[in-house]
Amino acid sequence: MADKQVIKRAKYKSSVKDPGVAGVLKMSIERFVFMPNDPKSTTKLNVEFRMIKGHKFTKEGSSKQALLNLTQDQGGNYIFEFDSFADRDVCREFVANAIAFHAEAGRVVPDKSAPPVNNEQLSREETERRIKLLQENSELQVLHKQFVYGGILTEAEFWATRKKLLDQNDSRRPKQRLALKNEMWTVKPLSDGQTNRVTFNLTPEIIHQIFAEKPAVRQAYLNFVPNKMTEKEFWTKYSRAEYLHSTKNVVAAAAEAAEDEELAVFLKRDDMLANEARRKIRRVDPTVDMEADEGDDYIHLPDRGLLQDEAKDVLDSQYEPYRRSFSQDLNQHAAVVLQGRLVDVELGDTRTVAEALIRTKQAELSDEISNRNLERKLSDRISRITEIEDLQGPRDPAVAPLSIKDPRDYFDSQQPNALKALGDTGSGTKSFRSRVSPREAYGSLRDIVSDIRVMGLSEPIMNQEVALKVLNGLTQNISSTKLHLGNNPHESVLDRLPKVTKEELMHHWTSVQELLKHFWSSYPITTKYLYAKVTRLKDAMSQVYPKLQEIKESVQSDFRHQVSLLVHPMLQALDAAFAYYDADVQKRSGKSGERPNGSV
Amino acid sequence: MTPVSVKLYTDDVSLLMVLIDTNPFFWNSVKSALPFSKFLSHVLAFLNAIVLLNQLNQVVVIATGYNSCDYIFDSSTSEGQTQRAEHLLQKLEDFVNKDESLCREDSVDGPGFSLLSGSLSMALCYIQRVFRSGPLHPHPRILCLHGSPDGPGQYVAIMNSIFSAQRSMVPIDSCVIGAQHSAFLQQASYITGGVYLKPQLLDGLFQYLSTVFATDLHSRGFLQLPKPAGVDFRASCFCHKNTIDMGYICSVCLSIFCKHQKKCSTCGSVFGQAPVQDSSTPDRKRKTPMDA
Repeated sequence: MADKQVIKRAKYKSSVKDPGVAGVLKMSIERFVFMPNDPKSTTKLNVEFRMIKGHKFTKEGSSKQALLNLTQDQGGNYIFEFDSFADRDVCREFVANAIAFHAEAGRVVPDKSAPPVNNEQLSREETERRIKLLQENSELQVLHKQFVYGGILTEAEFWATRKKLLDQNDSRRPKQRLALKNEMWTVKPLSDGQTNRVTFNLTPEIIHQIFAEKPAVRQAYLNFVPNKMTEKEFWTKYSRAEYLHSTKNVVAAAAEAAEDEELAVFLKRDDMLANEARRKIRRVDPTVDMEADEGDDYIHLPDRGLLQDEAKDVLDSQYEPYRRSFSQDLNQHAAVVLQGRLVDVELGDTRTVAEALIRTKQAELSDEISNRNLERKLSDRISRITEIEDLQGPRDPAVAPLSIKDPRDYFDSQQPNALKALGDTGSGTKSFRSRVSPREAYGSLRDIVSDIRVMGLSEPIMNQEVALKVLNGLTQNISSTKLHLGNNPHESVLDRLPKVTKEELMHHWTSVQELLKHFWSSYPITTKYLYAKVTRLKDAMSQVYPKLQEIKESVQSDFRHQVSLLVHPMLQALDAAFAYYDADVQKRSGKSGERPNGSV
Repeated sequence: MTPVSVKLYTDDVSLLMVLIDTNPFFWNSVKSALPFSKFLSHVLAFLNAIVLLNQLNQVVVIATGYNSCDYIFDSSTSEGQTQRAEHLLQKLEDFVNKDESLCREDSVDGPGFSLLSGSLSMALCYIQRVFRSGPLHPHPRILCLHGSPDGPGQYVAIMNSIFSAQRSMVPIDSCVIGAQHSAFLQQASYITGGVYLKPQLLDGLFQYLSTVFATDLHSRGFLQLPKPAGVDFRASCFCHKNTIDMGYICSVCLSIFCKHQKKCSTCGSVFGQAPVQDSSTPDRKRKTPMDA
């Protein structure tokens, strides 16, 4: 990537409105150079990419020009117009890579060996994702810079331990699918006023929606077209039915349906829908209590909800199938919209749309039939929720009871340290080792109690010198602990260190962790590659020691002890790694010489 | 008497549960340093002070005996309203008699252990009852006036009580009047956010009590009370009693060992396959066997 170049014809513009200067744009990973066609022109550009912060571009497909806008670090920008969008896109991609490259590397000028060649071919998205992660997480960026550019880890190794991060990032962007319009399609009849003609407008989009919302129409379409009638006739009939519905004249609709069999299909209530509704109701969680949230909506208030005028007209039962309530339509529409677009077919051919919809429905059905355990799950749920605890038998004891032979051990494990912390030497225990009979002990206690009952309390209970002494003692004790602990007992040791030292320590922690993670994950060493990696890591780790020592020496003597306490675990972890490394090397060399990587 | 629920409880009304150590063997051993009569007179004065501090303050006293424990005083009952000390002493005497009748041993070596776990549980039960009496109740706290050494056998029970107190946000204050510090009470106070104090001058016990333990929980926020310098939570292993920073823990009973064991010595659980590797590897966290 580093030695690639892009050369395109482009116009440089100082602003979008500017007509621009025609010329040639040459881009390398380091810089981009613009040479105007007119050699006399003064608008020559030679800008390093590390000065460029971001880029913007115009959308393709619009009537706009193919523009690329490079934003500079200190404000100001360079606008280029390209002959075609294809040219622009090549440049845009190149610029994106170059900017990311420089942002990543910071000010480090990459020499040939620095970014280790990765043999895996990364997809563009993958690279972008990684770059994005690095930009978002400064700690990661520092580590990346230190180890990958330092040649200790390869790019692939570095990211291998962070697969999770990458995946997470990926899952955040699900592919978005376009849903059906959230517009309830009601055929708007367009009447011209003079004649009795009514016109309906149907587009493929609307037809798709009709098919999705009205399975009966879909079925009818597949049945009738093109054997019985043409597509145009079909939709005319459908529109007629819709028109009848819109007039809300149920009696007229029934009369028409009696005459025309096909029309009746549209006018009668949709049986398939009803079936589906019943099926759905069966799957509703039986523990849902509809009455419980009855008061949550506003329907019970006057002037709210749908107007209930449909209930007013009383009809004969023979007209019943021809009635269709607005709320039914609304519900069905809502269900379809929420379900989203189920089929991904071209909307042009009506028949394929209908067939595809049927296929998805059938797939759903068969899914459900095979999904017998759904019912079991439901019944399980019912029994779990409606369970009456008192009537249940005892749960089977899947756990073995804990049998602790002697809880004394727990006490012993805590006691000595606690007492040590309190400054108790424990010598007081031995002072009274006298055997007393309970009779004697209880007797004396009882005597004391009855004495007080008879004699009353001694007055005064305490003399004032003692009280003053106690008060002074307490005050001194409290002020001394306060001095010792500082104002905030929750303040951690790190907070008291100078900021630079703190940051340095934190940085070393993370880098030591990273190194150790890679070190331990390379064992057991089975390939030459792992061996090389471990050697590299070992060298890197050995360089940490002097740095830690440096930190220790750099701080003031007050903090030196604290810092060495903090550094100690790092050193221990590193020592452990080295000890393991040495033991492993010895084992290998001792075993046999046949292994090629066994000899160091 | 006005029903409790009608009274308006402000944030400075306390319910003080006082656990007094009535282990006769302990009191017998400290006869010279702090006679029980002196202790009682200080405590009674302190209880009176508490009741005087706020009209709604409530005091409950639980005796922690050698064989049993019991409530010996409750200021909210009708008999606790007048002649408080008399009632308390009467009950205490009854309690001592009862405790003696339960004693099965012929002689006891040293100060013996009192039933701290039992009295802590009783105090927590009482507090739970108060919590459930309604939304308005005094703010409870527990004060342990304890002298007997810690009884190792009660460890689990006491730790359970401590955690239960922590969950119900009841601070456990401890005033140790014995010769030694108490690790139990130190932990109890640390975990529940109470005050742990071991008075140096037992003659001035009342002064300690009234200075450190008399203020209600609300006022404590404004006071500097004695604080421990820190609690050492490091544990010793069960096998050698060595203090260790890192070790093996039984996943069943949480016993601590400094070396790998085949079987837990505390609960008998048999541990699974241990990492088969040379012991020179100090990294204990690694689980998979490394066989190169």
